[in-house]
Amino acid sequence: MNRERTKILVVDDEEIVRESLSGWLANDGWALGVAEDGAKAVEKLKAEPYSILLVDMKMPGMDGLQVLAQAKKLQPELAVVIMTAFATVETAVQAMKEGAYDYLVKPFDPEELSMMIEKIAGQQELVRENTLLRKAIKREFHFHDFVSKSPAMQGVFELAKAAARSSSTILILGESGTGKEVMARSIHAESPRAEGPFVAVSCAALTETLLESELFGHEKGSFTGATARRKGKFELAHQGTLFLDEVGDISPKLQLDLLRVLEDRKFFRIGGSEALEVDVRIVAATNRDLKKAVAEGHFREDLYYRLNVIPLQLPPLRERKEDIPLLVEHFLEQLGAEQGRKLEGVSGEAMALLLSHNWPGNIRELRNVLERGLVVCAGKVIQVPELGLHPGAAPTPAVEASGALSLEEVEKRHIAFVLGQLGGNVSQAARQLGIDRATLYNKIKKYGLRRPEGEEP
Amino acid sequence: MICLWWLDDQEPDEMAMEHARGQLEKVYATDVVRAARGGLPATAFDPRRNQTSSAELVRWLAGQKPPEAERVVGVLGADLFIPVLTFVFGEAQLGGTAAVVSTARLHLPGTRLVEARLAKECVHELGHTFGLRHCQDGRCAMSRSASVIEVDTKAAELCRDCRERVAEARERKP
Repeated sequence: MNRERTKILVVDDEEIVRESLSGWLANDGWALGVAEDGAKAVEKLKAEPYSILLVDMKMPGMDGLQVLAQAKKLQPELAVVIMTAFATVETAVQAMKEGAYDYLVKPFDPEELSMMIEKIAGQQELVRENTLLRKAIKREFHFHDFVSKSPAMQGVFELAKAAARSSSTILILGESGTGKEVMARSIHAESPRAEGPFVAVSCAALTETLLESELFGHEKGSFTGATARRKGKFELAHQGTLFLDEVGDISPKLQLDLLRVLEDRKFFRIGGSEALEVDVRIVAATNRDLKKAVAEGHFREDLYYRLNVIPLQLPPLRERKEDIPLLVEHFLEQLGAEQGRKLEGVSGEAMALLLSHNWPGNIRELRNVLERGLVVCAGKVIQVPELGLHPGAAPTPAVEASGALSLEEVEKRHIAFVLGQLGGNVSQAARQLGIDRATLYNKIKKYGLRRPEGEEP
Repeated sequence: MICLWWLDDQEPDEMAMEHARGQLEKVYATDVVRAARGGLPATAFDPRRNQTSSAELVRWLAGQKPPEAERVVGVLGADLFIPVLTFVFGEAQLGGTAAVVSTARLHLPGTRLVEARLAKECVHELGHTFGLRHCQDGRCAMSRSASVIEVDTKAAELCRDCRERVAEARERKP
């Protein structure tokens, strides 16, 4: 134990007590400060941090309890020991209620004093070590906003770090909610382009024409509504990173356009005749099986190979459940800071439930569940009901076997069921239902199904 | 030369005092001269506590030290105290010239443990006069002892680091 790190402040109005006590403690190697009254002690506490405060109960001006109250405000971690000449149960109880660590009756047994100081210093050392270790663990298990200790993710971090340094195109694969955009941003932040722009485009959100204009820009008058020249995302991302989300959803024409840019690093604005050259690192992402899409003829093979230079596969949360406790701590800290509320964690039962859940919506779903828990939590620890997950609820069939339902009603109920099972994730639901997203959106609209929270745009 | 004085009216424990003298000579490599001294300041005794103030005795001893002596260690049978503690085995001026040790709590009836304990405490308090603070090495005589168990656990010798510090202190103030 580094004794010089433990600084003790001795506060007593009697000089002889201050001298003999500080002399005894100094011989033990502790760092010391002395103050002759409460006001001077408070000044010292304002000026520098102390580990232990030994304060006399009866002093003219501020008494020991008043010093204790001030000290706890200034340095909440400080261990305060009240020294008193007359031990009464009342004073002792009062001191402890006010937050004192302990009290000593003067004169005290030397062994009692030594052991108490050793004990406090030992505990504080443990707290310090714990804090340092937590920080070290965080450093080790973090890759920017990612937290993971699973071997699979550690491998992804390593690859992502190496890939970030290069200028190669990166293809991020993973289910919805696994953090593909967060990974793209992390790669950008880790890359030599970190100072440049990070521009994200969701390829599935726009129609072919809009997406084309969004990516490449347009000249004034190139189409109806093009009232002014507009720069596209490629230009905006110059010397930075362009993130093409849901790249598996783009049309054959745009696949070809994109392929050309990737090959030549040149493109034309819509309606433009000037070839524009940009320095852009492409990070693409998709939750689709691109290989399968290539095999089925939905995705250009040449574009696939252009994009798939460095593939990064983000595992779904159900395959790295060992990360859940770490993620819970991370998100509670992050959400707590956002919402100005600090919680101690989740109860043992709640953690067991989080570990047993299948997480179809992956990390995004976990974050949403914890956000809900944080908001509704009545105490300091989130309990099972506050998570809003239903423990042990077996999936109920979408459609009751009995009853004469119309085909439309069966479809409506089945879509609602699948969406509910997948946390409202339209992409996954569309895949599971074997229809495309646009069709699913149309059906959601037709049947008036509400899009649950946490769904992808 | 170091003075080892018996300060009490009662007869000293000759064997214990002689053992302490021999040990101090060995550890501090200098002559240790024994004598009996009276005339303690009356104010040192606190009748309310029925104990003697170690701080007062140390101050008084420092004033009594013969000029030719390097240090002075007083030993007495009376129980010693400092104001905040119930008792002390001894006290010394940190980096000064005087130290005091009490045998009051070093006796264990039916044993001669007092000999070894007194020698250890004399080596310990004298160490403080060379500027040594408590040592983290539990075997070293300079390790803290707030109970006789801790006194019995340690040796009557200084660890290497403490020996070196004593030599450095002597070089600074020959």
